[in-house]
Amino acid sequence: MEERKMTCIMCPRGCLMTAKIENGEMLSLEGNTCKRGYEYAYNEIHHPVRTLTTTVRTEGGRIAAVKSSVPVPKKLQFEIMKQINALRPSDDIVFGQTLIQNVCSTGSDIIVTSD
Amino acid sequence: MFDVVVIGAGICGAMTARLLTEYGQKVCILERCPDVAMGTTKANSSIVHAGFDAEPGSLKARLNVRGSVMMEEIARQLGVKYRRIGALVVALGEEDKKTLSDLLEKGGINGVSGLEILERDELIKLEPGIADEVLCALHAPTSALVCPYELCIAAVGSAMDNGAELKLSFEVDKIERTDKGYIVGAGDKSVSARCVINCAGVYADEIARLVGDESFSIRPRRGEYLILDKECGNTVSHTVFRCPDEMGKGVLVTPTVDGNLFLGPTATDIDDKEDTSTTPEGFASIRARAVSQVKGIDFSKIIASFAGLRATGNTGDFIINMPLEGFVNVAAIESPGLSSAPAIAEYVRDMLEESGVEMRKDPNFKAERKSLHRFSTLSIEEKNAIIADRPEYGHIVCRCEGVSEGEILEAIRSNPRPSDVDGIKRRTRTGMGRCQGGFCTPYVIGLLARETGVDYGEISKFGGESLINIGRTKSDL
Amino acid sequence: MSLKTINTDILIIGGGPAGLSAAVSAYEAGARDMLIVEREETLGGILKQCIHSGFGLHRFGEELTGPEYAHIYISKIEEYGIPFMLDTMITELKPDKTATAVNSADGIFEIKAGAVILAMGCRERSRGALSIAGSRPSGIYTAGTAQKYVNLLGYMPGKEIVILGSGDIGLIMARRMTLEGANVKLCCDILPVPSGLPRNVEQCLNDFDIPLRLSCTVSKIHGKDRLAGVTLVDVDESLSPVPGSEEYVSCDTLLLSCGLIPENELSRGAGVIIDSKTGGPVTDENLQTVVEGIFACGNVHHVHGLVDDVSIQADIAGRAAALYVGA
Repeated sequence: MEERKMTCIMCPRGCLMTAKIENGEMLSLEGNTCKRGYEYAYNEIHHPVRTLTTTVRTEGGRIAAVKSSVPVPKKLQFEIMKQINALRPSDDIVFGQTLIQNVCSTGSDIIVTSD
Repeated sequence: MFDVVVIGAGICGAMTARLLTEYGQKVCILERCPDVAMGTTKANSSIVHAGFDAEPGSLKARLNVRGSVMMEEIARQLGVKYRRIGALVVALGEEDKKTLSDLLEKGGINGVSGLEILERDELIKLEPGIADEVLCALHAPTSALVCPYELCIAAVGSAMDNGAELKLSFEVDKIERTDKGYIVGAGDKSVSARCVINCAGVYADEIARLVGDESFSIRPRRGEYLILDKECGNTVSHTVFRCPDEMGKGVLVTPTVDGNLFLGPTATDIDDKEDTSTTPEGFASIRARAVSQVKGIDFSKIIASFAGLRATGNTGDFIINMPLEGFVNVAAIESPGLSSAPAIAEYVRDMLEESGVEMRKDPNFKAERKSLHRFSTLSIEEKNAIIADRPEYGHIVCRCEGVSEGEILEAIRSNPRPSDVDGIKRRTRTGMGRCQGGFCTPYVIGLLARETGVDYGEISKFGGESLINIGRTKSDL
Repeated sequence: MSLKTINTDILIIGGGPAGLSAAVSAYEAGARDMLIVEREETLGGILKQCIHSGFGLHRFGEELTGPEYAHIYISKIEEYGIPFMLDTMITELKPDKTATAVNSADGIFEIKAGAVILAMGCRERSRGALSIAGSRPSGIYTAGTAQKYVNLLGYMPGKEIVILGSGDIGLIMARRMTLEGANVKLCCDILPVPSGLPRNVEQCLNDFDIPLRLSCTVSKIHGKDRLAGVTLVDVDESLSPVPGSEEYVSCDTLLLSCGLIPENELSRGAGVIIDSKTGGPVTDENLQTVVEGIFACGNVHHVHGLVDDVSIQADIAGRAAALYVGA
């Protein structure tokens, strides 16, 4: 049985949690103060995910902020960055617009977050 | 072919080039750095000394006193700042008191006016901020402040506006003597002239050696400085010195022409003519000395620190001579170099004239040059009239120093033209405030890129390899 | 002397998160005659360049990026029709609540206000203010300025990065630069504990195996034109360098995340008294400064960790200002 300490990143509290893991399964969790912490710990053990935020350059050279609509697998972050960096969308993209659907088959879209 | 090549666009080269242009010479200034005023001229105490400190009979004494008298009018012509606030040399003990009476005497012989020794009760009326341990002081009312690089830039600009040429990034490595004069080379570039004036600062000995003159050597003496926020500008109202020692005039505490508080310098002899790094020992030394002269210095308000190198020669005096016909050395110009610069120019002109070069005052020489800082001195109505016509004067780029886009553009478009961020900084004060360019630099880069046609990503801090950004995002690094 | 004058009940200096929140809450408390004055080209302030998420959980119940958080407020400003001026700098504020402003379109003019809300935010502590010894090459940036180059202008300040200061801005930039392909070698902090949130140490440093060196600082900067490297030194409990612990780390970029300083130059000119502990105005429970009718909120008041807290504070100031002018 393994005990793993982790800092929750779901909110600014950053609870220091301890998970008891056996055979790759989380048996129990201590230190979280809410359900989201439990969710985070579970994901960290099985398939760590992260919200990806970055920028994209438009055709005309404008810089727009973008994010993944849902958290994406941590190990795919750099691959997804490559996809976003290769984009040159038109200058008239708007707040909330989807630039890539289901990026790298993760189920997450890449959406514009700046005005 | 030029009449005169001036090697070095520091304060001596600038003043000399301008005066010789005024006297009918066709001048070419050769500067090894990407901008003017990049050596000692941009990192010194900025004081126009009264002249009591130099040895009577020396060139330093004669040229300092003469330069000090000339400076106010030159500053007015060039449209640069000048403040005559006077200086106090403080005594902390009996030894110092003796030094003060020696200085008083020297000053008298050198022809400095207004010198007097003030006892403590008189002194604190004049300067309440003086430290409690100070016993008395020598008061030199003719001591003044300038901004040395502002002065240098304006002098070069004035020379250029009157026909002088400037070649930057021209690092002289060869000087060939011909029957007509000299061919001065840098790599595969060359310029020829009848006369050469060697104003190469810490490198003056190496330039002299190019024509076979090995009679002197220059060793760099590094001095560190601290600048404090303008909030502290009223800590003292005079330039306050400690007594000088064998290494120089010692640490001073002074307001600047712009209203900052300025402390320094240290004095360390080094070997590397490129080493302008600051040190923790230097900071500590400045702080320790400054508090012995002035009280109430708020060190939490330091906004910048830097160091400069003085060209210390091995003879103790300025080395201004003509070892070969038409070749003039202006070397070992350590303190009081800045103060002496206008007089050094005169001295060089006279030396050339005596050697047979015809000097004819050009009636078309335009002595006056508009200040790059004049916008801030205008009334609100005058400013609004300008903004109505040129809206870029209403767009403030440097919040800390209140500099508008219009002023920055004017600086970019005036001789000598800058091509990097520090060049804008020295011409307009953008980036010299309390945020030290944190807010304005991205905008300044944009203006430079637009005006010079250089890509945003290729703009540097001060030329050479000092790029600010290394490529764009979204590219393969 | 006739100077163009604008009259307004409430002048809000700064259109960043504090100013926007204050304006919205003043409106919701009944005020109508107000003016937000913003020096940049668009509203949003620092949020425009904070493209990472972590904002709004407290305030709106969801994790938003900086621009999304700003978008919510800017939409409200537009919905309510609250007047604002862009590209306009306030250069002076007097105790009688008269401000001098300047922009390209109107030149220099005056704003006479019934109440003023100070929302100018803060600046970063620069290398000069830290007195780090060594040479002065390019390649040294405060983290926020680097963030502007990367997130708003699309330029990389450098490739081989050392970060001094484990404040949130430094940690966030560690992640950002890494994602854009730079090599962040380490983050060091003079204190024995990180200054930023544990979640940021986790998701910005640990996620990318970037070492965090505590009780360690930069003692010297090396490089002629461009930064070539830094000397790191360990410090003891009194934060003094431990001799012999110097280590040279080559890098071309040094990011400084060593503290924020509330920007109170205008406030001082207006006679506002500044608390030396916070760096911001002394205020009562309604965020009114010692000068009647002048309020302060956001980072100009004191440095906040979260923008949600800025909005909560700005709400108080907005309501108080609305009450003061009799809305």
